[in-house]
Amino acid sequence: MLPKLFFGYFAIVMIALSLAVITRRNPVHSVLWMLVLFFHIAGLYLFLNAEFLAAVQIILYAGAILVLFLFVIMMFNLKEELTAERFIGEWPIGVALGISILMLMFFSMSKITTGPPGQYTIEAIKAETHTKAIGKVLYTEYLFPFEIASLILLIAIVGAIVLAKKRG
Amino acid sequence: MDKYVLIPLLPLTAFVINIIFGKWIIKEKAHWIAILAVLGSFAIAVSAFLEVLSGKVINYDVYNWIVSGNFKVTVGFLIDQLTAIMLIVVTSVSLLVHIYSVGYMHGDGGYYRFFAYLSLFTFSMLMLVMGNNLLQLYFGWEAVGLCSYFLIGFWYEKKSAADAGKKAFIVNRFGDFGFGIGVIMIFLMLGSLHYTEIFGKIGTLQGQAINILGYNVDLITLIALLLFCGAVGKSAQIPLHVWLPDAMEGPTPVSALIHAATMVTAGVFMVARFNPIFNLSETAMNVVALTGAITSLFAATIALVQNDIKRIVAYSTVSQLGYMFLACGVGAYGAGIFHLYTHAYFKALLFLGAGSVMHAMAGELDIQKMGGLKKYMPVTYWTFLIASLSIAGIPGLAGFFSKDEILWLAYNHGTVGKIVWAMGTAVAALTAFYSFRIIFLAFHGTFRGTHEQEHHLHESPKAMTMPLMILAVGAVAAGWVGIPAALGGSNAIAHFFEPVLGHPHVTAAHEEEYMVMGISIAAAIGGIFVSWIFYSLKPEIPKNLAVKFKSIYTTLWNKYYVDELYDFIIVRPVKWTATNILVAVTDGKIIEGIVNGVPAAIRNFGERLRKLQTGYLQHYALSMALGVFVILTLVLIAKGR
Amino acid sequence: MGGAMVPLEWYIGLSAVIFIIGVAGFMIRKNIIIMLMSIELMLNAVNISLVAFSHYLQDLRGQVMVFFIITVAAAEAAIGLAILVSLFKNKAAVHTDEIIEMKG
Repeated sequence: MLPKLFFGYFAIVMIALSLAVITRRNPVHSVLWMLVLFFHIAGLYLFLNAEFLAAVQIILYAGAILVLFLFVIMMFNLKEELTAERFIGEWPIGVALGISILMLMFFSMSKITTGPPGQYTIEAIKAETHTKAIGKVLYTEYLFPFEIASLILLIAIVGAIVLAKKRG
Repeated sequence: MDKYVLIPLLPLTAFVINIIFGKWIIKEKAHWIAILAVLGSFAIAVSAFLEVLSGKVINYDVYNWIVSGNFKVTVGFLIDQLTAIMLIVVTSVSLLVHIYSVGYMHGDGGYYRFFAYLSLFTFSMLMLVMGNNLLQLYFGWEAVGLCSYFLIGFWYEKKSAADAGKKAFIVNRFGDFGFGIGVIMIFLMLGSLHYTEIFGKIGTLQGQAINILGYNVDLITLIALLLFCGAVGKSAQIPLHVWLPDAMEGPTPVSALIHAATMVTAGVFMVARFNPIFNLSETAMNVVALTGAITSLFAATIALVQNDIKRIVAYSTVSQLGYMFLACGVGAYGAGIFHLYTHAYFKALLFLGAGSVMHAMAGELDIQKMGGLKKYMPVTYWTFLIASLSIAGIPGLAGFFSKDEILWLAYNHGTVGKIVWAMGTAVAALTAFYSFRIIFLAFHGTFRGTHEQEHHLHESPKAMTMPLMILAVGAVAAGWVGIPAALGGSNAIAHFFEPVLGHPHVTAAHEEEYMVMGISIAAAIGGIFVSWIFYSLKPEIPKNLAVKFKSIYTTLWNKYYVDELYDFIIVRPVKWTATNILVAVTDGKIIEGIVNGVPAAIRNFGERLRKLQTGYLQHYALSMALGVFVILTLVLIAKGR
Repeated sequence: MGGAMVPLEWYIGLSAVIFIIGVAGFMIRKNIIIMLMSIELMLNAVNISLVAFSHYLQDLRGQVMVFFIITVAAAEAAIGLAILVSLFKNKAAVHTDEIIEMKG
């Protein structure tokens, strides 16, 4: 019962926070709500025995990406933002479409069948520690994708600098 | 990580280094990196070959490429007898061509680019021959095609070169389309792409048929023919041979490496590799044999009258590739690969010799404007002569043994075999004739070019003549591993291939073998003799013949009008449809007609349609979400049934 | 922790709801910054379901995927915001109705 209650709290709060993110007029508020949301997601990861990912979630998303968003928001004229129209004129269509797709997703959820379980039981991960276990998979089976990911980050750095630098 | 991985990895590294740093840092030193890499590959290939020779077969997976459910693709290497010999051919010819290019491409603006592409090509070709699964073969197959496109169009400022590159690429698409379907069918039917699993399970498909448009088609025949489709494109067999002669627009070392010695033989390699599949379908085998024989004869006749030195050699390549397919088609895979291996040396030598002549003649290709080059470029002359003797099938040289093996085994293969044997023997005579036509016209007699050209004549630099001499040794000695028993040899290479490729059962006696051999030697010597009379003794004879049989001559001169035919039945209808139906009728009449016919409804609809292109990001997002919704609904309905 | 005592479907449902909120946010908001944040929301929703699957199937590959998604998300945010900055510098625009050059 307790885990279900726990999950219920997380689910309700996360949905509410997501809604807050997309509806707030002031982008700074959106970012702050998103920060809270990310902490909750990290909590959910802990709940699912993914300690390493929880840490990454906080460090990377909350620590880096959201700060980046805040920096960019500082460049804009917030006063104008506060008076401008938030939504597009056709927003009911968007909401209706979203709800329809959601219904389809729920409808198809009953058809999910899971494959055979793998070798990483909770006990096995606990014995090895989560970070070590995930590192093993990452650096053996997924070594090449890992290297490619580093290349993508490099390109992103270069691209961001080139795009944002002053002209001339 | 062990040494076999390095065989393809070294050229890949050279490619990456040259393509990234070549333009600014390495520049004129690009060849060092490329040559060292290929040299390393060659050394490892030799050691792998020695291991295979001692009976070891290497087959292992290096890396899981794609794992998705029961679909699993690995990057793995299979080095057996067949691969080992291909490794030697690819790396050794590639090495010599790299060295030759140092002299040939000297001073070209794209020097680093050229060596980068050569390395990339070597890598792709090695991946193709070393793969232990079909998808890796397919990867290499497409990658060598891409490199070939890059290198044919290397001088892309020249329109003819750019066009030839496109032509090669597009013509190959036709063949690769069939090949791709073949690969998919193999996976669908057998559930695996690994060679060992395919060959292990292929027998279970025997006798099964598949229904296509109401016809029952034997499954194995279908798969074999689809695979052969790819081979027809890549190895320039009829009807997809049109790209190879045009490919000669590329730099000559490229013609030697890619369009003579290695890439175009990939089709033969593939057919030999899949011999367990082909062996199960007699229809497919006969198609392979006849396609090979017809192509061989067809290309040889065209080569008789051409004047462009590189085109003659190119048609001779098409013809010799036909020979190899002929061999595969009669079940003599070993002989086919043996010919592939000897052909690589003498044909690369012919091309590099032609390049050396071009170098001296400042790019002139017309053999009618040459003559008497013997005294200006002795090394080129002697090596070219050796290669010509070898391709003509003069006893003792490499070409003789492989050609004789093919003809002998064809002779032993029932009715179809007898037919292709007769065609093959005719081709042997024609080959001798046109090969020596080059020798007599270009190297003997008196010089027929301009004075400036004559003044400019010189032997090529060391970097170019040295590979010629090494290849000449190959053109002489490469065949000595396959001296047949009838001549007191042990035919070592046939026994070497036997575990992978099998060896057809020969019933006929030695006497018949001597007869077959005698006929082919007579054909070769006859061809040379006629060529000598025509082009050295009485040069007026060919001119008179050309006048007398004008229609035949022009047909041959225009390569049987195949290009014109394709232009007529494919290119023009497509263009015509585009301009006259799609533009004039569909756009002009139908669409405008509807718009004018029901203006009110259309205007209303058009206004709404225009609204979709509002430029608002959100509207595009909304329509995308709508699409997702529709597709999801359809999928769920289909699954729910 | 007793994550496994909650049915897998709950996680998938939560993930779906957050994903759709992200989709909706992307579709209805005018502010490009919020739209980028909606994309982050969608990616996070996917991550939740991947981690849940990974937990239930006892297979770490799901979590490795999450790792890669976070990497890509970081790259995407950096590039997206850089585009936004140069857009703002050139046109002083942060709303989608100010950039409608594609209008037909």
